[in-house]
Amino acid sequence: MESLKVKLEFFEGPLDLLLHLVKKHQVDIYNIPMALITEQYLSYLRFMKSLNIDIASEYLLMAATLVHIKSRMLLASPQEEDPREEITQVLLDYMKVKDMAEVLEKREILHRDVFVRYGIEEVIGEETFIFPTAFDLLDAFKQVIETARVSDIVPKEIEVIHVEDKMKEILNVLQNEPEILFERLFDEATTKAEMIATFLAILYMAKEGIIILYQISPMAPIHIKRVRAPLRKPHLELI
Amino acid sequence: MSPNHDLKAAIEALLFVADRPLNIKKIKKILKKWSIKDIQRTIEILRQDYQSPERGIELVEVAGGFRLQTKANFRSYILSLKQKPPFRLSRSALETLAIIAYRQPIARKEIESIKGVDVSMSLKTLLKLKLIKPAGRKKGSSAFLYVTTPYFLEVFGLKDLSELPPLTDFSDEI
Repeated sequence: MESLKVKLEFFEGPLDLLLHLVKKHQVDIYNIPMALITEQYLSYLRFMKSLNIDIASEYLLMAATLVHIKSRMLLASPQEEDPREEITQVLLDYMKVKDMAEVLEKREILHRDVFVRYGIEEVIGEETFIFPTAFDLLDAFKQVIETARVSDIVPKEIEVIHVEDKMKEILNVLQNEPEILFERLFDEATTKAEMIATFLAILYMAKEGIIILYQISPMAPIHIKRVRAPLRKPHLELI
Repeated sequence: MSPNHDLKAAIEALLFVADRPLNIKKIKKILKKWSIKDIQRTIEILRQDYQSPERGIELVEVAGGFRLQTKANFRSYILSLKQKPPFRLSRSALETLAIIAYRQPIARKEIESIKGVDVSMSLKTLLKLKLIKPAGRKKGSSAFLYVTTPYFLEVFGLKDLSELPPLTDFSDEI
């Protein structure tokens, strides 16, 4: 079977992933357990790879940096500079950026929270509606796969699953319910392949602005909502 | 009717139709017979009037001028009236904008070294939305330096850049 190649444009980069892991494991940023974080980081990359998601070179560069620091720590004498310092500083700077972005996000924003009589016809905002990050989605999907009781047995005949069909199914579900929880969309899936196809369908539809993914708070469940009038016709380019 | 009432009504009328925040100078140019001081005082009275919970709109100072806007607690009503998605920026565009807002003027390379990823798409979006603009080039290089626009102040409801809130000091927290 041909592999599906999916390019995700809304990934926010290796620092975002690293910070996500640091927070998830409640790690002291001044004393990062390199073995744990490196292993977690690599397992994420493997997970992405298993979904045939193209991994941008920045992620690989960061992986190399992490492995390099880890090895230097084994060799470093106590007098030497802590090899982790380079990553600590970069992460601290990135946290500051997150903070700055949050400061802006929390303001009463024109055309979102407050409205004026003018500017109605202007372009307002981007055409994407991703609230949770790609990592939140991967986490949620990981959880769905882990808790699902799907068989690992390979069926005699390999069933071809089309992401497009999954998109149609999701649209049907959203026709009856204006919004639904992310994990509910996997209820009918009986195989892992089906779940992966559903997940890819969700990613595509979000990217195309057909659905909106949102959470109430960072760790809250992910909701999916249909956009009444999608800006573009959905089209798929699966290689 | 006292002259102050006339002034109040006139300012309200101007703010109602203005398609940009109106600054005092501009108001004074139109309402010639009143002094700047009177205009300032009257705007303040008008602002306080609107603060009453009976009013759905408010008078705010942004980008060096004044404008009338709906109060934030009616957000959902306005959105269902408009049937349009609200203003939205992706997280990466918002982060890029934040870096520019706090560190301007700044070149693309510097933004990328902080964020650890390519930001050309974000820059394109922000330029299209007129939230940022190029402002000259870096000394001895051909790289553009980016700054925020007055429209950025309008969108984020800031009087000027000095009103950007201070940041949390993480070095103490962790």
